[in-house]
Amino acid sequence: MEHRIIAAGFGGQGVMLFGQIIALAGMIEDKHVTWLPSYGPEMRGGTANCTVVVSDDPVASPVVDMPNEIAIFNIPSLLKFEPTLAEGGILVMNTSMIDREPQRKDIKVIKIAANDVAEKLGNVKAQNMVMLGAFIETTKVVSKESVFKALEKKMTGKKAAFLDLNKRAVEEGMKLAREQL
Amino acid sequence: MGEKIMVKGTEAIGEAAIRAGCKVYFGYPITPQSELTEYMSRRMPQEGRVFLQAESEVATVNMMYGASSVGVRVMTSTSSPGFSLMQEGISYMANARLPAVFVDVVRGGPGLGDIQPSQGDYFQVVKGGGHGDYRLPVYSPSSLQEAVELTIHAFDVADKYRTPVVIFADGMLGQMMEPVEFPDPVDPSTLPSKDDWALTGARGRKARYVTSFDIDPYKLEQMNLVLQETYKKIEAEEKKWEEFMTDDAEIIFVAHGTVGRIVKSTVKMAREKGIKAGLFRPISLYPFPYERLAELAEKVDIVMTVEMSAGQMLEDVKLAVMGRAETPFYGRLAGVIPTPAEILEAMMKEIRR
Repeated sequence: MEHRIIAAGFGGQGVMLFGQIIALAGMIEDKHVTWLPSYGPEMRGGTANCTVVVSDDPVASPVVDMPNEIAIFNIPSLLKFEPTLAEGGILVMNTSMIDREPQRKDIKVIKIAANDVAEKLGNVKAQNMVMLGAFIETTKVVSKESVFKALEKKMTGKKAAFLDLNKRAVEEGMKLAREQL
Repeated sequence: MGEKIMVKGTEAIGEAAIRAGCKVYFGYPITPQSELTEYMSRRMPQEGRVFLQAESEVATVNMMYGASSVGVRVMTSTSSPGFSLMQEGISYMANARLPAVFVDVVRGGPGLGDIQPSQGDYFQVVKGGGHGDYRLPVYSPSSLQEAVELTIHAFDVADKYRTPVVIFADGMLGQMMEPVEFPDPVDPSTLPSKDDWALTGARGRKARYVTSFDIDPYKLEQMNLVLQETYKKIEAEEKKWEEFMTDDAEIIFVAHGTVGRIVKSTVKMAREKGIKAGLFRPISLYPFPYERLAELAEKVDIVMTVEMSAGQMLEDVKLAVMGRAETPFYGRLAGVIPTPAEILEAMMKEIRR
């Protein structure tokens, strides 16, 4: 099984971290993983995205032209990546930021008002972790336990203070996705 | 080997250099390799070694010359325009027979170009961008684990043959993350001795010169012949490549570095369509593995080169194939990364032709 994932949004929405946590969790599960960021001028103001591959076999191309799972954080990214999603693929979208409907009828769509949820949890910045929870619940790419381990590895020093909030955000996202499955 | 950790490509190369015993790092920031310089600025002092940010790439390469002359392991990293600036010094180092490792994280060109991944420096890196009759061993990794292994290998090859060596990376390899395992650091006492040539202080022995100059053409010719002998040995002993599904292949792709990896996905896609594709991935670009590619070319009709350039390695592929098979080419330029599906489409066009 190979999960070909693209996560996309504005720079600053935590899209890169979203992808890194999935990749790290995949590594913790002894899977083969790659994480490839977009970099350059597009990161300032425009869309930022990263491509993550999580696979049982060694990853050949870290570049993906037809993802089977996408996490979309803003409208420009929806316009750019919805058409590339494989038939039967999964779209998880942040409806706090996207006030329009996806066009495809041949995909599974999970809608999460991630900013609102994160705000209720105490910090809107955790919206990417709400999205992450919804994403792993829907795609089963990695387990919650591995995501938590990855967060513990990643969030050290000053960031450790946000660990608990992030974990709760992941769990909330999972719950909301489960209600839609 | 330690545990697996997730690192960026630039960090993987930097850490590998430290474990290979790199004592001195000189660098100058340029995207997309600045993270390597940044990594070394943090890690080298921790190890009690030298990190120095030079005022330019020209200064960097001449500092490399000096540091290598006294026998320590030395490295720099840069990206295309910066590598161009280093060419004069690299040519001097080649003739002075100074070991060093250069990392070129290639970006789109020519000129200032852009900061996206490219392989457009192939001619410059592989065929010699500086003046005179010299060659440089060049390694092109396609994964971060391989980047670690080749970086360490590059230091060994540099010392063994007394030559600068280049790691040919690109922005994609530099920026991506992947799990790697680092080997234990080398024991410095096991490194080859340089006491027979390095400038270690002349007390009690005859003074030495480390130079690329001799005004007498007959003497300079002798220096050149030593280089040529060295290159013969390198060509005999240091060729590296990977083959992927070439055993029963009817069409063989040739691609190096990150493109080699992308093409692996194309090969799998082609096989799902019932087309027996395979991949020949040169790992050493100099010395180029001509002989093995020639053997493979005997058995197929098409040897298709894919590069992030206008067709530079293609010339070496043609030298290997020598008309035994068709040699079509597919390339993207200026920092555009080809995708597995578009390479497949280009292949299908060649088959239908």
